[in-house]
Amino acid sequence: MGAELHMMQDAKDNQMEDSQTEDSQTGPVLNNGTRALRYEEQLLWEREFHDTPGVDLPEPQGMPLRTGDALREDVGLPQVSEPEVLRHFVRLSTLNYSIDHGFFPLGSCTMKHNPRVNEKLARLPGFAHIHPMQEESTVQGALELMYRLQHYLAELTALPGVCLTPAAGAHGELAGMMTIRRAHEAAGENETRKIVLIPDSAHGTNPATAVICGYKVRTIPTKETGRLTQAAFEEALYKTDPDGKDVAGMMVTNPNTCGLFESDIVGIADALHAAGGYFYCDGANFNALVGKVRPGDFGVDVMHINLHKTFSTPHGGGGPGSGPICVTEALEPYLPIPVVEQDINGAYFLAREKSRPETLGKLRGFVGQFGMHVRALAYMLSHGADGLKEVSENAVLNANYILSQLKDDYHVPYDGPCMHECMVTDKLQKGETKDDDVTTLDIAKALVEYGYHPMTTYFPLVLPGTMLIEPTETETKGTLDKFITVMMHIASEVRAGNRDQFHHYPQSAPRRRLDEVKAARHPVLRWSSDQA
Amino acid sequence: MADTKYTKDHEVVHIEDGNVAVLGITAYAQDALGDLVFVELPEVGASFEKGDEFAVVESVKTAAEVYTPVSGEIVEINDRLNDEPEAIKISLEEGWIAKIRMTDDSELDALMDEAAYNEYLETLD
Repeated sequence: MGAELHMMQDAKDNQMEDSQTEDSQTGPVLNNGTRALRYEEQLLWEREFHDTPGVDLPEPQGMPLRTGDALREDVGLPQVSEPEVLRHFVRLSTLNYSIDHGFFPLGSCTMKHNPRVNEKLARLPGFAHIHPMQEESTVQGALELMYRLQHYLAELTALPGVCLTPAAGAHGELAGMMTIRRAHEAAGENETRKIVLIPDSAHGTNPATAVICGYKVRTIPTKETGRLTQAAFEEALYKTDPDGKDVAGMMVTNPNTCGLFESDIVGIADALHAAGGYFYCDGANFNALVGKVRPGDFGVDVMHINLHKTFSTPHGGGGPGSGPICVTEALEPYLPIPVVEQDINGAYFLAREKSRPETLGKLRGFVGQFGMHVRALAYMLSHGADGLKEVSENAVLNANYILSQLKDDYHVPYDGPCMHECMVTDKLQKGETKDDDVTTLDIAKALVEYGYHPMTTYFPLVLPGTMLIEPTETETKGTLDKFITVMMHIASEVRAGNRDQFHHYPQSAPRRRLDEVKAARHPVLRWSSDQA
Repeated sequence: MADTKYTKDHEVVHIEDGNVAVLGITAYAQDALGDLVFVELPEVGASFEKGDEFAVVESVKTAAEVYTPVSGEIVEINDRLNDEPEAIKISLEEGWIAKIRMTDDSELDALMDEAAYNEYLETLD
């Protein structure tokens, strides 16, 4: 099949009902695979036209091609002109949905607005054009910036040891748990402490991190109240050793993934510390606490911070994450290196093994996502201490506003007030029979139809059909009201018995309802020329 | 069936032949998980203690560990689930996960029979 017919076929496959393609399998395709100005985008390989190379370079003389003569043929690199390739990526970008398009209430992800002043500062040539291998004396400004960021993170968490290198949240978790393991090693207890306690509402990365660090996970049930209780915690702590001496630590997110503050946390941390374990706090939900509560004050020993959530650096496909960790003074010697320090003359330098002999070592190249450090510090300084406090206050207020408006239309398993996100389920949307059910998935797909990015679905796992809604502080009341209206409309349609439509949404998106099961069982992971 | 027992985590054990038991998951569990896309099977010869995770079932919604309610050694696995994870839904005869040679069949006493399990299901949401 030729390239043109492909376009037509793709257009038909995607049910773009255009009269020009409808009944012609062989005739000329007039619409270029589009509906109005919306393109059905192809892979560059499918657009390949050998007579329009992107660049026209002479064949190298006297040396082999870098990819080898024959190999180059095999690889079949697409030949497209510069405007073609530019249009390709611009069109693809229009199929994306981002925080700059609209409301993005994806629970646990803190999809807040990224202030443009951060971007402006990150693009200053003195920050944007430095190289990580430059002499330290030539990048004193950048080092000072990181030093100050370390300082503010320490202030906000009451955890004085900070390492900026982890490249993302999960990497920060790994760095944090490796720091704890290193401390147990130094105390000669690594062989006896093999268990990490994790509540069942945890992010999936928590147990994964513990296992990667060689620990066995013991799950603490929280289903009854949505919160960790002292009793359930102690039962897990003393389960196989009366003094909890086989427990290395616990990993807890506070507020937890149900959007609830762990109100027993101080007593739980005390019991854990008495048993010799360390408290790792997943910092994913720090946006609910920043400026108001310092995690070190409720017993946290190690916490990672998602700069890309709390401090508004781009994420979700918009930029790399950044997951610094903050630790207590006792754990500071074990932190990964390098860490930015200041010498007696006021010069900044990267402290490495020499001055930190007990470090767990290096986790990645260089000093982390420097561009994100610039953005995060810009965010902190532009808000100030009072502004950061308002961030968490408004994040919590917005979530509670949504919860208060939706509580009659959707099942609220755990009573509010919530923190920065609220959890509801699809229990009230259940039908007489299974086919009549309007599920969390259906509601999410309906939101796509109505022009909203769905909330987080089927997470946390503590209950069936959960929906986790995190509005963040950067949305106006008007935006929240529109979203609430859509959610209420969905619920009222379900109550009115107009259920079937929900099994077919979205209708207007670039793709309609996808077959998730088929995609998971028979994934097509790469294009091959056989498919042409 | 008198020789079929259930757990609160929705595993099912069917005593096949003396001390060999067939392990699977209940219809309730299958329904809660949704369409399965992958089943991670144990290895034949692997030994498990009661309560150990011996398999993982993955659906489009979630991944869930499956725990063995009895201790013993895996003697056979249902290879069919590698290519056809959805077979788990048909019945325990078709969609069993593994067969285990029990080391202590008194462990079965702690499990629920069908009537008790159905009663337990009534208490769930």
